[in-house]
Amino acid sequence: MNYSKTELMICVAARMMEDYSTCFIGTGIPMLAASLAQKLYAPNLIPIFEFGGIGAILEKLPRAVGEGRTFFRALAASGICDIMETAQRGFIDYGFLGGAQIDPYGNLNTTVIGEHKRPKVRLPGSGGGNDVGSLCWKTIIIMKHEKKRFVEKVDFITTPGYINGPGEREKRGLPEGTGPYRVVTDLAVLDFEENTKRMRVISLHPGVTLEEVKENTGFELLVKEPLEITKEPTEEELKILREEVDPQRYYI
Amino acid sequence: MEIIEEGIGELIQKPDVEGFRKFVKEKKKRGFIDKVMDEKEAVSQFVKDGDYIGVELYGTVRAPLSIVREIARQGKKHLKLAGQGLLEIDYLLALDLVDAMDVTYIGYEVLGLSNIFRRAAEKGKVKIVEWSNAAMSWRFKAAALGVPFIPIRSMLGSDTFRYSSAKVIRCPFTGIKLCLLPALILDVGIIHVHKADKYGNAVIEGISGFAFEMARASKRLIISTEEIVSTDEIRRYPERTIIPYFLVDAVVYAPFGSHPGEMVYLYERDENHLKMFLEMTKTEEGTREYMEKYVLSVKNHLEYLEKIGIENLMKLKYEKMGR
Repeated sequence: MNYSKTELMICVAARMMEDYSTCFIGTGIPMLAASLAQKLYAPNLIPIFEFGGIGAILEKLPRAVGEGRTFFRALAASGICDIMETAQRGFIDYGFLGGAQIDPYGNLNTTVIGEHKRPKVRLPGSGGGNDVGSLCWKTIIIMKHEKKRFVEKVDFITTPGYINGPGEREKRGLPEGTGPYRVVTDLAVLDFEENTKRMRVISLHPGVTLEEVKENTGFELLVKEPLEITKEPTEEELKILREEVDPQRYYI
Repeated sequence: MEIIEEGIGELIQKPDVEGFRKFVKEKKKRGFIDKVMDEKEAVSQFVKDGDYIGVELYGTVRAPLSIVREIARQGKKHLKLAGQGLLEIDYLLALDLVDAMDVTYIGYEVLGLSNIFRRAAEKGKVKIVEWSNAAMSWRFKAAALGVPFIPIRSMLGSDTFRYSSAKVIRCPFTGIKLCLLPALILDVGIIHVHKADKYGNAVIEGISGFAFEMARASKRLIISTEEIVSTDEIRRYPERTIIPYFLVDAVVYAPFGSHPGEMVYLYERDENHLKMFLEMTKTEEGTREYMEKYVLSVKNHLEYLEKIGIENLMKLKYEKMGR
């Protein structure tokens, strides 16, 4: 089967989206995963977008978190306060986010590379990212696996993961029982080991070695034994992804 | 109340709720006044140098860009901005009209980063205070409530908090830690809507973003609208009025006012124009060229639309999303 790493990453994330679950969808790859999931395995997935879309049918790929496609034939079109308050009350099961940098505890940076005052690269900022990572029950992070992205310490904690270890989120006042759940990359699937809350490889994508994952990570990774091998994208997944989800090839 | 932690970001706009009440009492008119005027008049009457401005929704979605282009043309200076936006922020940054911003997100999502914002931030030209998207909207909500702060449960444990002007306190009822956000009262709010009557009663279709809260957090409020409708129509469906007239100071008739952004159910976003904008703004020279061509050399919104061209506009209308 011929497929790109990005395509595999989208398929893996899509398989994590459960039918009848409420999913807060951030901009970018999470939108493709949600659309694929809805078309294939989770027809009753409730995608939630920060500016008010609840339960849209993701027929066409949204290019922005507030555009019409985020509430096309939706169940409700409300506003950002309602959405964020819904998350704050505990109604949102999963949050799907991307990021520019991530550290071993799942802290995410989408604000600056370098110093805040005179950054080397100014990124967009938190947007809804901080709120999604703070308030949803389980956060799933989808990003490219590169050494410059998987770093020992992020330049800026835009969105808190486990901060610096177990119990720290609760100590800082974040809602109990929340936090990063999985990291889906183009090389592997990772979780956060319970005792340390550090990132741990749980599944390697087909043809990828553990060495390769380690080489592309800027910190020490925990490894769950025995390691699983991620299921390849199916013909059906790829067909729908290419022909229906992203026919304009914005991402794939 | 015990303050446990404080962000180091500057509090750009003080949450002066007493001042807001006095302003509302003395300056906001309750009478039915015909407030329809063009961009030029609305901006010269209601936007001043040094004002703190908020714009809703954002660059590619229901954005009041005809008004923002007029602010740019009139060269209003030393502005402070609530930074949830794209083109509306970039237009003003490109002309060095902004001193400080409360930022949550400035980027073009699928199309990439903002070149203009990047240059401004990387050169340290603008003071930047960080917030999350919920935080910015809740700050408007606090102002809409008429109280100086609101407690929330995000922002905690992050650098987004550290570089904000929020505070962490212990809840006097439960003992849990909460993040306190200062209310954000705008000098000027600018919102683009689907329909409004001449007094300013306004209707938005689809999601309402933060229009409800921002309209109520603004001292002066400029509405631009795709369509002017009769008050009779407003009265027939009063549940659809998201902004009642007494909040509004100016009503500007601006069909395609969100171009190159979209207006749901009316027209699609202009993907080619957005891509051109991002291509041209890669350099300072290209940015000047774009600003000159589409903002500064244009007399008014009509002339802007002429420049975009009727064929192009009709195409965007044709491509619009159905229900």
